[in-house]
Amino acid sequence: MADKKVTLSKSDRRKVLLRSYFLLASFNYERMQNGGVVFSMIPAIKKLYKNKEDRAAALKRHLEFFNTHPFMANPIFGVTLALEEDRANGAQIDDAAISGVKVGMMGPLAGVGDPVFWFTMRPILAAMGAALAVSGNVLGPILFYVIWNIMAWAVKWYGQEFGYRAGTKITDDASGGLLQKVTRGASMMGMFVIGALIQRWVTINFTPVISKVKLQSAQYIHWDKLPSGINGVKEALLQYNLGNGKALTPYKETTLQSNLDQLIPGLAALLLTFLCMWLLKKKVSPIVIIIGIFVVGVLAHVAGLL
Amino acid sequence: MNGIQMILVILVAFIVGCSSVMDQMETYQPLVACSLIGLVTGHLELGVMLGGQLQFIAMGWANVGAAMAPDASLAGIAAAIILIEGGQGEAGIGTAMGIAVPLAVAGLFLTMLVRTLTVGIAHIMDRKAEEANYRSIERWQFIGLSLQGLRVAIPAALLLAIPANLVRQGLESMPAWLTQGMTIGGGMVVAVGYAMVINMMASREVWPFFFLGFALAALHELTLISLGIIGVVLAILYLSLEGKGGNGSSNGGSSSDTGDPLGDILDDY
Repeated sequence: MADKKVTLSKSDRRKVLLRSYFLLASFNYERMQNGGVVFSMIPAIKKLYKNKEDRAAALKRHLEFFNTHPFMANPIFGVTLALEEDRANGAQIDDAAISGVKVGMMGPLAGVGDPVFWFTMRPILAAMGAALAVSGNVLGPILFYVIWNIMAWAVKWYGQEFGYRAGTKITDDASGGLLQKVTRGASMMGMFVIGALIQRWVTINFTPVISKVKLQSAQYIHWDKLPSGINGVKEALLQYNLGNGKALTPYKETTLQSNLDQLIPGLAALLLTFLCMWLLKKKVSPIVIIIGIFVVGVLAHVAGLL
Repeated sequence: MNGIQMILVILVAFIVGCSSVMDQMETYQPLVACSLIGLVTGHLELGVMLGGQLQFIAMGWANVGAAMAPDASLAGIAAAIILIEGGQGEAGIGTAMGIAVPLAVAGLFLTMLVRTLTVGIAHIMDRKAEEANYRSIERWQFIGLSLQGLRVAIPAALLLAIPANLVRQGLESMPAWLTQGMTIGGGMVVAVGYAMVINMMASREVWPFFFLGFALAALHELTLISLGIIGVVLAILYLSLEGKGGNGSSNGGSSSDTGDPLGDILDDY
């Protein structure tokens, strides 16, 4: 094992990494990401196998069904590269072993990648970017794009290198505690942030006025008794005291919304989310729910409720 | 919009279409895609604002396994084109979002169509593999990708073909109650994305974290970044304390190789 005839250099492995960005390019319903797998493996196949039969066999081997989280494909590729390298150097590794490793890893790793990247990292980074963007700040999209892609590159490259070094040992690790812990931790973190996002970004504002009370004379600003000119503005601002002083109008209006906010801020948003979850569990299509919410928004606005 | 801008818009649409199927660099997320359309048409700020709003709706849309989410790419591109051609500025954002959602469904069907067409490509690749013709395999990989690019670029070109004043008239003929109502709907519709994410992640163990996040977010002094830090810290604390608790109840004895040096030191006391 000490002197291998052909080995995959770092630059070969980097070529595989760059190509893995095109993993889903020819995604199809029959074998999903298979075209992308073979496309990513081509630099390695060219390096490892010199005669036509071996190359054809390797190409066919990697055109089998494959589907996983795109970032998690890289550790699998790393293991596959290590196996292909051993095979090219004469080790007894048959097609079934290579397929077995790929198929065996793609499910569990997708189970890690989906919650960690799609449901934790992306919503969090996108929410931070979007929060800046809604006020027209160009940094919003730029920060999201740059941070995401640095993270993606690091995850893909180090994942692939880890897979390449660990070889088949990686499967022991995947079934062990660490990956499971990462997944659970990501779910906790994700749920925490989603709770926060619902409170902050689902906006429901009930407009109906519940009560209108005349305030006592000392509690509101008497606009007609203020000095004229800039001194009047100053006096009014002093009396208003950033909302902590006197009221601006002689009447105190309480809307349904302000009552709800005193109870639990964001309660309506929370209930709406639970309703959506329930509908989704009843197999109602998300698109139907989205269009339904737009219709409700328009109807409720016309009725003066929102 | 002049000729060069139209070509750039179609080019951006093509790239976004490619990105949406590859789903790694996330160029197709509305936050980025709408900003790009804004950039090439000279309405950067407007594009960024629309992108931010649409991003909140598309937050939970994710391709999991073979299941597919609504198509954020076509929705973002089309909404940005309509917003800019409509010339209503910020006031048009709510309407543009309302129009974008049905387009996300249309986009979904187009994606499914292309993903069915590419089954043919898989079979062509099989034949090329027999001949060890890797150049041809590479070419077909990019043909598959181009189909996905065209899936967004062609609808974008069709939208551009509609004269801008027609788009404007159409939007202006919409009554105020309708556009305001759609803006209100846009504020609520975000919940659907979150509901999708929660349904994927929720388990008995993680629900307390959800309510903690919800309660803490009401304190507006906390920025999203500080909330993120609190979330990470809580998850780490939970997982590490859980390990310790287990050791304690099972009499500690065999915890020498937990891979947690601090834990080992504490256990030795």
